Amino acid sequence: MAASELQTKARGLAVRVRDLRRVFRSAGEADVVAVDGVDLAIAAGAFVALLGPSGCGKSTLLRMIAGLDAPDAGTIHFGDGGAAPKNALAYVFQDAHLLPWRNVLDNVALPLELQGRAAGERRDAAERVIAQVGLTDALLRHPAQLSGGMRMRVSLARALVTEPRLLLLDEPFAALDEITRQDLDDQLRALWAATGMTVLFVTHSIAEAAFLAERAVVLTRRPARIVLEHAIDLPPQREAALRGDARFARETSLLYAALRRGNEAAA
Amino acid sequence: MNRRLIESVLPPAATFVLTTAAAEFGIRAAGISPLLLPTPSAVARAALQHSSTLLPALAATAQSVVVGLSLSIAVGLLVAIALSTSRWVERAFYPYAIFFQIVPIVAIAPLLVIWFGYGMRAVVAAAFIVSVFPVIANSLAGLLSVDPALRDLFRLYGASRTATLWKLSLPWALPNVLTGLRIAAGLAVIGAIVGEFVGGGGLGVVVLEAMRQQRTDLVFAAVLHAAALGLALFAAVNATSHFALRRWQNQEKDA
Repeated sequence: MAASELQTKARGLAVRVRDLRRVFRSAGEADVVAVDGVDLAIAAGAFVALLGPSGCGKSTLLRMIAGLDAPDAGTIHFGDGGAAPKNALAYVFQDAHLLPWRNVLDNVALPLELQGRAAGERRDAAERVIAQVGLTDALLRHPAQLSGGMRMRVSLARALVTEPRLLLLDEPFAALDEITRQDLDDQLRALWAATGMTVLFVTHSIAEAAFLAERAVVLTRRPARIVLEHAIDLPPQREAALRGDARFARETSLLYAALRRGNEAAA
Repeated sequence: MNRRLIESVLPPAATFVLTTAAAEFGIRAAGISPLLLPTPSAVARAALQHSSTLLPALAATAQSVVVGLSLSIAVGLLVAIALSTSRWVERAFYPYAIFFQIVPIVAIAPLLVIWFGYGMRAVVAAAFIVSVFPVIANSLAGLLSVDPALRDLFRLYGASRTATLWKLSLPWALPNVLTGLRIAAGLAVIGAIVGEFVGGGGLGVVVLEAMRQQRTDLVFAAVLHAAALGLALFAAVNATSHFALRRWQNQEKDA
């Protein structure tokens, strides 16, 4: 038991961000400093929430970690140092962003297809993660025939199909209704516990950050700077009832106060 | 299903019957010369009488249109793909693609005969020139509108340019390509007829001959054949579009 736990924890990828800075320049307009002086150490297998107001630069930070955007200054190292290992990262966007002409199975198998894996292997892996997010019944349906929550599940399955060591999520459930969102939160937590991957979750919801993460990093409004790094003091087994617990309320008010401070410091 | 069919067929059919009947009786009552405006029944009679001329002419025109349109699709798509590869290529060449949009086909049709000689090649060239721009413009718009998040996703998984083109950009642009094709189909018929005026063959020549013989009824019959050709192409593109995109329904591209 302990050995297998160790093994799964070893699958997660550590991230070390040092003094990161990103400035958006456009002709005829003032430069916008999106991220400034961010230092962040994320342990292998951690579940970290990046919490900040909308448009604060937290998505920019996530995109740089994913390698989709380049920093103007600072470094990002993975694992023992250096670049991210091949195929170790996965990214979930704010909306599902599925290919409308492909069914659920082929949408989920897409990353493996782009990596050039064999058809049989793709299908097996895709079916497995689709079952994990509870969509086996919808295997051959197209995105247009799915609800918003189901589409987001497909998007999550597509990210998980490569068995990533680091999962980056950019406010993934923000557009969903409260019940669907909580269901997906529960599912994500369970998947994290089962796989041992590192999860970096960007959100503007205090409750979501407190419920999901082991550690919350609170950011200021543009430019994103860290106001608070806080280990969430809640039991590892998190159920819906926890949201009504006094401990949960204590954690959320703590994060709320930090968010306020960050907002005022920037203003 | 049956009711929907009735609902979609009955109104236009009723309009057709009523306007044809009104034209028939109106022209007769007003005593308009058949040289100016033949009655629908006279047109129908001319069409039947000269079917041995009209049908082969229709087939010839249809052949030129289909070849010209196929060229437009192939060349238009390739040009759009080339233009979509970089902003600089687009800026350098797109203004010249507009040439095909603004070129007065009637004015350059004689030039096509000089280049390609009398016959089908000049007609195909005319059909191609007028129909290629809508394919380029619409395909390019589609290729440039690919969801940036999906581009990022393909990049994240190390997709090659070819894989991105085949698995993302082209399917994404398909609805736009089909829109361009719908416009191009009608234009190709116009181009072919104009090409035939100078290059010879097909319905264009039937129209010219009938005009010289002052057979207005036959001119109308030929025009109706050309219109039917355009309509058939339009319907074919629509059917393709319906078949290809039936699974996309309700899915907003930017969702």
